[in-house]
Amino acid sequence: MTIAGKQQQIIERFSTMGDWLDRYQYLIDLGKHHDGLRDEYKNEEYQLEGCQSQVWIRGQRHNGVLHVEADSDSMITRGILALLLESINDTPPSDIADADFSFLQTIGLSTNLSPSRANGLALMVRRLKRLGEENKAVRG
Amino acid sequence: MVDTQAVRAEFPILQRSVYNRPLVYLDNAATTQKPRAVLDRLSAFYCKSNSNIHRGAHFLGDEASGAYESARETVRRFVNANHTHEIIFTHGTTDSLNLAADAFGGWFISPGDEVLVTEMEHHSNLVPWQMLCKKKDAVLKVLPFADNGTLQMERIESALSSKTRLLAVSHVSNVLGTVNPIKLITRLAHERGIPVVVDGAQAIQHIPVDVQDLGCDFYAFSGHKTYAATGIGVLYGKENWLNEMPPYQYGGGMISSVHFGQTSFTETPFKFEAGTPNIAGAVSLEAALEFLERIGIQDIAGHERDLLDYAHARLQEIEGLRVYGQGADRSGVVSFNLEGISPYDTSLILDKMGIAVRSGTHCAEPLMQHYRLSGTIRASFAVYNTREEVDRLVEGVEKAKMMLV
Repeated sequence: MTIAGKQQQIIERFSTMGDWLDRYQYLIDLGKHHDGLRDEYKNEEYQLEGCQSQVWIRGQRHNGVLHVEADSDSMITRGILALLLESINDTPPSDIADADFSFLQTIGLSTNLSPSRANGLALMVRRLKRLGEENKAVRG
Repeated sequence: MVDTQAVRAEFPILQRSVYNRPLVYLDNAATTQKPRAVLDRLSAFYCKSNSNIHRGAHFLGDEASGAYESARETVRRFVNANHTHEIIFTHGTTDSLNLAADAFGGWFISPGDEVLVTEMEHHSNLVPWQMLCKKKDAVLKVLPFADNGTLQMERIESALSSKTRLLAVSHVSNVLGTVNPIKLITRLAHERGIPVVVDGAQAIQHIPVDVQDLGCDFYAFSGHKTYAATGIGVLYGKENWLNEMPPYQYGGGMISSVHFGQTSFTETPFKFEAGTPNIAGAVSLEAALEFLERIGIQDIAGHERDLLDYAHARLQEIEGLRVYGQGADRSGVVSFNLEGISPYDTSLILDKMGIAVRSGTHCAEPLMQHYRLSGTIRASFAVYNTREEVDRLVEGVEKAKMMLV
């Protein structure tokens, strides 16, 4: 399925949810079941600077697609990372580089994705797109 | 006694709902909300008196200059400074402390000197001194605090060495709420001829501040944390220092004569206020301080202490919750964490319940390192907060715990 198709599925899932606390509960549960990242990769190389919680993102190209692993010390952020990865993982790097992430606004997770001092979500999206960009020309 | 309901009615923003719930605003240490008196004064200034000050000889210029200087006199009265010219208007506490570090520290500190700060300082009262020490080849020394959040006063006498030239300390910790014994610290420092700079950003709006009684040499605070507009702050400095130290920035309004070969500067406080100052901000600060005087700072201190003690007691009923800062003398803020739960998650859930708190390091990373923390949740109080709001905070924290564990 395409990234846009997967995002549409997520939008539909969120449309059946009640208030904000229900959505957060869903994200927390996603976070709890999310595989995360092995401790050895939770270092400066993979850490995102400028988020309110600690976030690590690591991507590797394999068989023409990009596989991304990500983790956070915040359970809600882990849930958001799980959603982001669900939408993009194991697709060609160029698709990720070109992907539109406005579904985050549609499901209400972000009122704006413009980079600002404390907009961790925008930073995560930027990192994912950059990983896509960097891995376009990588063999594997 | 503070009539909280009457006070609340003076703050239009407190009528707001967020996420369909009545707003509980407990992020007052970041910035307080503004009473009608401050908003009206700002509006009146721009509607009726706006003009640049100390320049043009015209009616509005005189009126605006009068309003600005009246604000200075109100600040003097509020902190009980000796002279009105000991009050310098700045952009905020950070600006005030940078002024002190740059103009006073830059002039006063020599290579090999020591500058003593404490382990609980906000970055604003730490980094300017750190940079000064680097520039001057001086040494930054740190007075530690104990795990209960109080300064290790038994170590201060040995920390004040023969090389110590300056001491910088916060009046109230922005994370722990600890009220530091400034009068005692200043006496100990002065016995050794060491001037004292105090960061009063978290004190001025909560407890009575009398700079003559405290005896400190400099005292910094922000307007926006004390019910005034953003972008205005104060640095109080003792007359003898202000007369001797050089200006901070250069430009209009602070010179007495300029020639290409030589410029001479005007007197304090004007020599520290280069360029057009935040006139409207100063006027709003006057209104804010008059508001505090009308309610009474002693009554405010009592009301907020009651809220803080109530919050400490109620929060500590929650299993797995740890409160940081258990000193006897506290003010304004309470910091805590739920065991095994990121403070950021708790604050996100509280937000969606209409409760505004702050999570993170609160610009005090060395303090976080003391407790080996990545952050805390901080609830901070103002005159308009109520016990019912503390109850909603506790309810919210319990809900967050239930969702996250």
